[in-house]
Amino acid sequence: MNYFPDEVLEHVFDFITSHKDRNSVSLVCKSWYKIEKFSRQKVFIGNCYSISPERLIARFPGLKSLTLKGKPHFADFNLVPDDWGGFLYPWIKAMAKSRIGLEELRLKRMVVSDESLELLSKSFPNFRSLVLVSCEGFSTDGLAAIAANCKLLRELDLQENEVEDHRGHWLSCFPETSTSLVSLNFACLKGEINLASLERLVARSPNLKSLRLNRAVPFDMLQKLLMRAPQLVDLGTGSYVHDPSSEAYNKLKAAIQSCNSIRSLSGFLEVAPRCMSAIYPICKNLTFLNLSYAAGLQSNELTNLIQHCRKLQRLWILDCIGDKGLGVVASTCKELQELRVFPSDPFDAGNAAVTEEGLVLVSAGCPKLNSLLYFCQQMTNAALITVAKNCFGAIVRSCKGLKRLSLSGLLTDQVFYYIGMYAKQLEMLSIAFAGDSDKGMLYVLNGCKKLRKLEIRDCPFGDAALLEDMGKYETMRSLWMSSCEVTLGACKTLAKKMPNLNVEIINESEQVEFNLDDRLKVDKMYLYRTVVGHRKDAPEFVWLL
Amino acid sequence: MTFEKDLNIDVTELRLGLPGTSEESERQASTTLRISNKRALPSVAAEKQCDQETAPPTKAQVVGWPPIRSYRKNSLQTKKTEVETSGMYVKVSMDGAPYLRKVDLKIYKGYPEVLKALEDMFKFKIGKYSEREGYNGSEFVPTYEDKDGDWMLVGDVPWEMFVNSCKRLRIMKGSEARGLGCVV
Repeated sequence: MNYFPDEVLEHVFDFITSHKDRNSVSLVCKSWYKIEKFSRQKVFIGNCYSISPERLIARFPGLKSLTLKGKPHFADFNLVPDDWGGFLYPWIKAMAKSRIGLEELRLKRMVVSDESLELLSKSFPNFRSLVLVSCEGFSTDGLAAIAANCKLLRELDLQENEVEDHRGHWLSCFPETSTSLVSLNFACLKGEINLASLERLVARSPNLKSLRLNRAVPFDMLQKLLMRAPQLVDLGTGSYVHDPSSEAYNKLKAAIQSCNSIRSLSGFLEVAPRCMSAIYPICKNLTFLNLSYAAGLQSNELTNLIQHCRKLQRLWILDCIGDKGLGVVASTCKELQELRVFPSDPFDAGNAAVTEEGLVLVSAGCPKLNSLLYFCQQMTNAALITVAKNCFGAIVRSCKGLKRLSLSGLLTDQVFYYIGMYAKQLEMLSIAFAGDSDKGMLYVLNGCKKLRKLEIRDCPFGDAALLEDMGKYETMRSLWMSSCEVTLGACKTLAKKMPNLNVEIINESEQVEFNLDDRLKVDKMYLYRTVVGHRKDAPEFVWLL
Repeated sequence: MTFEKDLNIDVTELRLGLPGTSEESERQASTTLRISNKRALPSVAAEKQCDQETAPPTKAQVVGWPPIRSYRKNSLQTKKTEVETSGMYVKVSMDGAPYLRKVDLKIYKGYPEVLKALEDMFKFKIGKYSEREGYNGSEFVPTYEDKDGDWMLVGDVPWEMFVNSCKRLRIMKGSEARGLGCVV
């Protein structure tokens, strides 16, 4: 196999960037394994408990870019208790100790302490990119450490994190010599920002392409920032409220006109509808528009804006746009690929302002639509069939390409039969309040060969379905089942027979462990494949079987 | 297409709203018993025979439903709370009146409403507003103190901006207010 010197092979492998392909490459032979091992720079770990930091470092000593995901997806919806796990610190500690040349870190649903951020900022001199999505456990003090110590920082991207805001001067901690910023997103921070520091930072960052502000940044500051950074490609406004007859408003209009690189627009966390017309000049170039936090905009204001956005590929919006508004989307945005319609009242989503009609309109008008999130009150089969036909051709063909699906409602086992039969590419499936019997779950487990993540809540699936094909779970990343019919005994059986799986029971009741009747229904079960056995950091309410 | 023929439409009807129909009430009962480990085996009742006494829980009780990220829920909830429950009471004084009143600006949707409410409260009439003349010709003129401590004429700025910057209201006698109504 070795007709080429190692350096040549390494160079060839440089072109192979997908994780799956690189994993395949390493299986070819010992020498390829070795070369790939030392040349691998990017690693993706979908479940932080499937492997330990030490083993990761031993396997890929040349690691530069790490992606880690912690809590199960249903943690997004408050189904996982706060202290369940997913701690970043052990990873930073291990990488620092082994002098890994870490440059990029992307985290999702992890618990990130200020301590870990501080250690991170001091341990990796080439560190340049930090992306935190849906994380928690840190404060602006941790951000201050990153700003102060990461001399080469290019990217600080905070998406939807719960951050304790100490009203700090974390922004002022970027040294005056720091000019390398390309991307800065602090939209999720709730507290005040030192505006003067922000302006100076933006002024000395000529490579800044992406800037997303928080609510504390007022309208007139936005204008100043745009004057400093007309090269922006991605903008998230902070507060967008002002008097449209004022000088500041006119200045903003002028500033925006010179920002003709902006392709992505978000923010509007506070918004005055009469100020939206200032945005119109850049709408024609927009490919991504996120108005899903702009609760102050009514349907006609939204459509007035969208009518200018002919090149839009991704649209995130609130349901107050209404069916008619979606009709405008359908006739204007012919390039639309992704649509997400969120409920404007998240606690009463049963009264959504959109119905299936809006969805049918979009599916008819937007031939490139391939990704959809849609909250509405009711959806009939007829509508879904129309949507599927419009978007993807026949229903059979539509299911064939599907990678991710989320279902809820009065679905019988029949639907799962079809999913198992046709959705051969399905990788992630979420099911809630659906199904009749174990058969439903079995159809899916048997039919969806590429299934990686399955999460189920409040469905009548029980032990028979769980235990039918235990080996299947080793081909998947994880399985979550809550409020189903699974018993403790079945979970124990599964754990015993499959040593490569961690079976966790999350028990939030006050009942103590010695009340272990195997016939008890389990409230929450989370199982995942792992090569490192039981985790050592599980809290009291998590039983590792 | 056989797929469509086999589909029993009723059986596969999707209801993406919160489950709250009669067939669901059995499952609803078990959903609310989240805390307890011991759950009674819900008898798999035929749909027509299920126990109607178990009312579906109110929406707040079903944890994690609808499936919206808690970050987003909290953001929109904060906005709702700010807008709906905090209320924005400001003092209103009228020249010549023996005591002050208070109004909640949040309950009004715009200027006409609040001005009408003030008219009713103090039993007077305000003339028509124009950008150029203010309330010229009125016996009384509505003014307000803004965040900077300046006394401004009511009606010049957008409603939301007014609500956010108004600290108190004063209904001035028209004779005193001459000069305020003129455009600078």
